[in-house]
Amino acid sequence: MSGANDPYDPKQVAALAPETLQAAVDAAREQFAAASDLDELAKVKPSHLGDKAPLLVARREIGALPPKARSDAGKRVNEAQSQVKAAFEERRGQLQAERDERVLREESVDVTLPWNRRPRGARHPLTTLSERVADVFVGMGYEVAEGPEVEAEWFNYDALNFKPDHPARTMQDTFYVAPEDSGLVLRSHTSPVQIRSLLERELPVYVVCPGRTFRTDELDATHTPVFSQVEGLAVDKGITMAHLKGTLDAFARAMFGEKAKVRLRPSFFPFTEPSAEMDVWFDEKKGGGGWIEWGGCGMVHPNVLRACGVDPDVYSGFAFGMGLERTLQFRNGIPDMRDMVEGDVRFTVPFGTEAE
Amino acid sequence: MRVPVSWLTEHLDFTGETAPLSAQEYADAFVRVGLEVEEITELGDVTGPLVVGRVMEIEELTGFKKPIRYCLVEVESPDFVADDDAETEPKPRTRGIVCGATNFVEGDLVVVALPGAVLPGGFEIAARKTYGHVSDGMICSARELGLGEDHAGIMVLPSGEADPGDDAIDLLGLTDTVIELAITPDRGYCFSVRGLARELACALGVRLVDPAAMDVPGAEGEVIGVHVEDEQACPRFVVRRVMGVDPTAPTPWAIRRRLMLAGIRSISLAVDITNYVMLEMGQPMHAFDSGALKGDITVRRATAGETLVTLDDVERKLDPDDIVVCDETGPVSLAGVMGGASTEVRDDSTDITLEAAIWDPASIARAVRRHKLPSEASKRFERFVDPALPPAALERAARLLRDHGDGRIHPGRTDAGRPLLPGPVSMPINLPDKVAGVQYARGVTAQRLQQVGCTVEVGADDAGIPIVTATPPTWRADLTQPADLVEEVLRLEGYDTIPSVLPAAPAGRGLTAAQRRRRTVSRALAEAGYVEVIPFPFVSPKTWDDLGLAEDDVRRKTVGLLNPLESDRDQMTTTLLPGLLDTLIRNVARGARDLALFHIGQVTLPRAEQVPMPSIGVAQRPTDEDVAALQAALPQQPQHVAVVLAGHREPAGWWGKGEPVSWADAIEAARQVGAAAGVPLRVVAADLAPWHPGRCAQLRVGDWPIGHAGELHPKVIEALGLPKRTCAMELDLDKLPLLEHRPAPRVSPYPPVLLDMAIVVDASTPVAEVTETLRSGGGELLEDLQLFDVYTGDQVPEGKRSLAYSLRLRAADRTLTVEEATEAKDAALAAVAERYEATLR
Repeated sequence: MSGANDPYDPKQVAALAPETLQAAVDAAREQFAAASDLDELAKVKPSHLGDKAPLLVARREIGALPPKARSDAGKRVNEAQSQVKAAFEERRGQLQAERDERVLREESVDVTLPWNRRPRGARHPLTTLSERVADVFVGMGYEVAEGPEVEAEWFNYDALNFKPDHPARTMQDTFYVAPEDSGLVLRSHTSPVQIRSLLERELPVYVVCPGRTFRTDELDATHTPVFSQVEGLAVDKGITMAHLKGTLDAFARAMFGEKAKVRLRPSFFPFTEPSAEMDVWFDEKKGGGGWIEWGGCGMVHPNVLRACGVDPDVYSGFAFGMGLERTLQFRNGIPDMRDMVEGDVRFTVPFGTEAE
Repeated sequence: MRVPVSWLTEHLDFTGETAPLSAQEYADAFVRVGLEVEEITELGDVTGPLVVGRVMEIEELTGFKKPIRYCLVEVESPDFVADDDAETEPKPRTRGIVCGATNFVEGDLVVVALPGAVLPGGFEIAARKTYGHVSDGMICSARELGLGEDHAGIMVLPSGEADPGDDAIDLLGLTDTVIELAITPDRGYCFSVRGLARELACALGVRLVDPAAMDVPGAEGEVIGVHVEDEQACPRFVVRRVMGVDPTAPTPWAIRRRLMLAGIRSISLAVDITNYVMLEMGQPMHAFDSGALKGDITVRRATAGETLVTLDDVERKLDPDDIVVCDETGPVSLAGVMGGASTEVRDDSTDITLEAAIWDPASIARAVRRHKLPSEASKRFERFVDPALPPAALERAARLLRDHGDGRIHPGRTDAGRPLLPGPVSMPINLPDKVAGVQYARGVTAQRLQQVGCTVEVGADDAGIPIVTATPPTWRADLTQPADLVEEVLRLEGYDTIPSVLPAAPAGRGLTAAQRRRRTVSRALAEAGYVEVIPFPFVSPKTWDDLGLAEDDVRRKTVGLLNPLESDRDQMTTTLLPGLLDTLIRNVARGARDLALFHIGQVTLPRAEQVPMPSIGVAQRPTDEDVAALQAALPQQPQHVAVVLAGHREPAGWWGKGEPVSWADAIEAARQVGAAAGVPLRVVAADLAPWHPGRCAQLRVGDWPIGHAGELHPKVIEALGLPKRTCAMELDLDKLPLLEHRPAPRVSPYPPVLLDMAIVVDASTPVAEVTETLRSGGGELLEDLQLFDVYTGDQVPEGKRSLAYSLRLRAADRTLTVEEATEAKDAALAAVAERYEATLR
């Protein structure tokens, strides 16, 4: 090696010889590679990058060199040092990645385990259906009217043009309230709400009345003594039976899809004249689309309008009503009405919280 | 009403233009004009040999549990000659047949299904051994042939109607079809072939052959003196008499068959004929044994204390509202409902007095309800019977009785009373168009009204508007105002001709605040794990004992029902809990363990002072006072919300044992309702049945109690068989104030100071009160505080407990310093120290 002619001790500066430095780098690389985890790597780190590491020791020898040789030696040491550092960082990176991967692997779980610690409840499908019906009519501009379940006969019958002792009064098997002369019944239909609406509201009146109703039918697959009806009433100037049909068609489409429509058959109700039974075309009927009896309707009887102080020569109206249990039965395919009244949670829970 | 197609066809004149129609076409026509078809029954689903047989010999077989007969029945005519040349075995003239019925004697004509015949329902007849004999066929009942419900015995045909061996399919008219119709209360006239055929004639555009259009001969004098004392009760009473009737004369098969198909049993010739004419024309009649009638007839209301033994041999106490037909001896018939036993036609009656009357419908309806005696006659009278009909109906009946009973018609007729006939009704001729929203063809209104039997005049009112005036026919008393005429036009023109037009309703205001709140509460509870149920509101008074309610508990004051479905559940409930608990028990019985149920519904609370129901007319709008009086007579019916819980709130699972339901869950449910309604609820300790006295909370809005929650009393749980530790909550939803506009909170952007504090207070001091005092003591800066630990034990004195709170303090307008925060905390502490002698731990 060429250098200044100053005398020097070759023994003292052997540490700075290129071969020696290379050997130190190689030794470090070898030991880092041999470290199998971050702990081992940390253990061997001081021997190669610590205060007593060969390269640090060598650096301290630089001062012993003649000034001219110092620069070269310094460069060599720095070079070797950064190689060792790089080797260390590389190995550490590898080991960290291995560790992270192992930790994630060890933390993996069976995501198919059930987690129903807070079971969800549900609303009764009759409630959600009733709200759905109300919403359809609210969308058309109607308001939702309600009334009491224990009702005066005057509202349930008299004002609805049921004459005293007329057989029509026995068409609806009514629960009567004690004592004999109480004048109270459990409302046999939601129609008394029509009367209440006409008495309480300003004309024109467009209301939809959902509610619980009562008849003395024994509970079986197709009857229940406590059931839900929804009734609609429109009283305005110039209301026609064509308007009734148009409203029912729109309602049927909203409930059962675009193909739905209604058909009217002449019938009798004391509170409407003309009166009609209403069938709905239900496209998803078992065995192909077909007509299903859905409810009753008609033009509000002039006697009903008079009893509410509405002049039948100026105003006319239509009314309609249907059973929600029956609607739910055919729409959702429920063969037994008892499922809707018994409150078995296995029936209700699958319906969740919204209509459909 | 059940009617065979052949009978209807008899009264329709299809001359030339229309081919005979099928039963289905009749049914469709009925539906089109407003009659509801309940059932179409094709008779004669019989194939193979069905013949008339004559019973030759009857051998009573003994030793069996029921009477059994082995009969020799002649099934070929006596002049039948076996064809000797035939290769097949000659048919036997008589057959041995086993029969379980006993309502026939030797010589009777019966209907025999021979081997190879198939009866309705696919019932195949074959020769088979039974009761020790070979039964070579079957003697049939009416029901087995699909002719009616009568299965009391086999069918015995009138003698002389047929011969052994005759084909019975033709004879019985089994190729016919029966249509069953539901008749609405307004159309009494449709309870007859006459009325139904008229509807078909209108629907099909053919001519009616009216059975009542007959020449009724003038009468020579009266049959019997009749005094109608109450013409409102009895607008018309007509009598005719037939003498010298052969009491043994059988009812002709043609009449019996039609009665049978209508579901009416054959009784005797005279009674069968009155029923037959009732079916044909719609006029119910009564037949008396003339010999049993003493003196004149009086028609009047019954007097209190009078009795009558009716045809069914029941002695009935008469009501002063009952209408009775009397002879000198007193009542002999409950008018329009049922005849009396003393004057009924017996099997030796030869002199028959026939009555055809018109009765006040409402009186008949009341009598039927009072005596629980619905009948074919009352069904017609309580609707409406054509007051012009009695003479024709009587004439028809008298002639049938004369012809088939070999009698003589008395020349006289008594006709008392003056029935009211329907008056004319006028309306603008275009009213049907205006109601339907249709432009009908010119002349349609007048034509349709004529078709239903009205006399029609078209004119104009003073303003020149065309007016139609229709005088309804005698059988249509239901046509009293323009709307009734409109319906006739619309239904006959067909509802299918009415277009579909959506009216434009005015803009609505959407749901009310109360309606929106009910939905929100319902959803909140469902999302919190509760399942909605809708139990019936009927309870038994025993429930109150099971719930441990005190004798004077206000919830025992209920509204009762006169006619409950279950006699013990005759009260309307005052709380939602009984229904919910019933449902809970049903679910548990079906294997459910962890249950959380809710119900939102009305309860019925009687008024403290029951106000009598006012009597209000319907001719005009009731006054506001009338409406208020009606309202005051109704019980209060607030909307409640309630929950019940049992088992685990958090179910056990692989994650652990779960959390059993507790009193706290029930109170939390109340808070959730409050939160959904936007109204924070206060909790105070309470003691109210059916709750556990130490685990019952009263919920309040301010100081206003709205309900209770907690764990149920162990005795209640035991009495009702509920799962242990069942919890419940019930609130009066209507008592929660409705929030129209909630004020928005101010949210400070500055950082909070978080401090913890543990205090020691008497263990009996409710946490809610301590917390409330801390909150108000901490002032504006105390944004929130949470109780994070409750400790009792060695570290605190006996009878005390430690409550540890974390406080979050924050200023609205600046970063709070620790000193300021500590000051606020100290203020909170000072408040509880002063009020509850709390000390810092």
